[in-house]
Amino acid sequence: MDSKNSQILSLGIHAAVVISFYALQYVLPEYHLLALTRIMLLAIFALGFNLLFGYTGLLSLGHAMFFAAGMYGAGLTVYHFGWSVPGAFLFGVVCGAILGFVIGMIALRTTGVAFMIVTLMFAKVSYLVIVYFTTYTRGDEGLVMPAEFRGFELLGMSISLTDSVTRYNLALLLLTLTMLIVFLLVRGRFGRALVAIRENESRTRMLGYNTFAIKLKVLTASAALSAMAGSAYALMFAYIGSSFATIQYSIDPLLYTLLGGAGTVLGPVFGTFSMFYLIDIASEYTSAYLLVTGIVLVLLILYFPKGVFGAIRQKYCRWLP
Amino acid sequence: MKKMLLELDQVDCFYSDLQVVRSASLQLQSGEVLCLLGRNGAGKTTLLKSIVGLVKKQGVIKFCGNEIGDFPAHEIPKLGVGYVPQGRRLFSELTVRENLLIGQMTRNNNNDVFENVFKLFPVLQERLEQESGTLSGGEQQMLAMARAMCIEPAVLMLDEPTEGLMPQMIANIRQAISTLKSQGVGILLVEQRVEAVLSIADRVAFIENGLIKETFDVAELSTDKSLLQKYIGI
Repeated sequence: MDSKNSQILSLGIHAAVVISFYALQYVLPEYHLLALTRIMLLAIFALGFNLLFGYTGLLSLGHAMFFAAGMYGAGLTVYHFGWSVPGAFLFGVVCGAILGFVIGMIALRTTGVAFMIVTLMFAKVSYLVIVYFTTYTRGDEGLVMPAEFRGFELLGMSISLTDSVTRYNLALLLLTLTMLIVFLLVRGRFGRALVAIRENESRTRMLGYNTFAIKLKVLTASAALSAMAGSAYALMFAYIGSSFATIQYSIDPLLYTLLGGAGTVLGPVFGTFSMFYLIDIASEYTSAYLLVTGIVLVLLILYFPKGVFGAIRQKYCRWLP
Repeated sequence: MKKMLLELDQVDCFYSDLQVVRSASLQLQSGEVLCLLGRNGAGKTTLLKSIVGLVKKQGVIKFCGNEIGDFPAHEIPKLGVGYVPQGRRLFSELTVRENLLIGQMTRNNNNDVFENVFKLFPVLQERLEQESGTLSGGEQQMLAMARAMCIEPAVLMLDEPTEGLMPQMIANIRQAISTLKSQGVGILLVEQRVEAVLSIADRVAFIENGLIKETFDVAELSTDKSLLQKYIGI
């Protein structure tokens, strides 16, 4: 298949996923509408993580700090300063991007395991900072945002984030935007450079690429997307808490990405969806639902080491981005 | 008229504190093939890596008369210095086209260099959408050279380009080197096959224990076989 046809087909597949999500809101009951809204926001988090891990080969164990930066950036400005939702949302994204840039300037001087440890360490520091400033953040207890802060006007429309259908569609809009950004990034020159760095960084440098600058850009973009997820999560579900900055929230996007397929656009979306419902369904039947999840992950690694969409791409459609 | 492209003067190379190359001096002109010949571990690859900024070094390295010794590694290819490392080092999950595009992207102009590349290596045109990791060894070597050529180098450094290849592929690589030479590209070649060196090089620099012992014209080596015996034991 030539590159133009493969591009059209892959765009079509991604569009079909978005349309399916859109159509689901008309058939799903309230509970699943809420679940899918969470899934879509967590999928944005996983897509941001995947940009760094799946395409560039940098495994961060501290991505929860970027999610939390968005969450607290948006939530605290609304709660303490009464900012409007759109302004707070953008502020949250900017907070994540700035944090990503600053952490990147330091952490990207390391590679491999050292990079994992440095990012983990910074995430731990971020968590402790949240707990330390408990007067403003209320630490582990967290903050619940009053309903009156969750409505806003946009283009003459009155939008309330207390309405589940509105939340669903806004989450879908953000997911679509994120998928489009990632799709365009990885299909172009920048994406090829990322894969080149993942495969052989010194070789990429020898071909004239400033690999540090590229990695810094992608870490900043990844942090901004993760913060966007955190920011939207805080505003849509009206709660911010330090539990979102813990190691578990750094591991979650890794699991979503590995399950769905690292280095694919659809993989993290599928991984988030599958993992969320796997835990949800297993926990209905047993309190040992994490054991069930663990067994599924072991089986997955055995039979689909590249994740579900990684395997699909390897066997059937190598052109899938 | 030939132009001086690359000059090394008293270059020392190090891995941490360990000195691997000592006081290396050599010059390369346009349209010339200079071969570094020496036993394994003599410092040939290290010297090439020092030119592209991958190894700590001291001394003077000039490209087209300008000092480039302090340039970061990613700036040197943009000047026009291409490097094909030993073992090809392709981006194996990317297609042939994508590997070439990566080579092309760092250039400052939009010239279509693919045409020139396909003239030298027509087989690559047939394999454009194939993942480079699935190419044969010879095709991978061609792609590695083609990718380096995408930056339109004035100097191309090749580290054992014929290693492990079948005779037909070796002939293709030699032909490509001859064509590049005729186009005015200066080629710094590391090679173990003496017959290949004698057939394509203009000059040969013998390197031993990190020292460049002597440099000869190929004609001298062809007539005085004792020189090969003296430096590389053949």
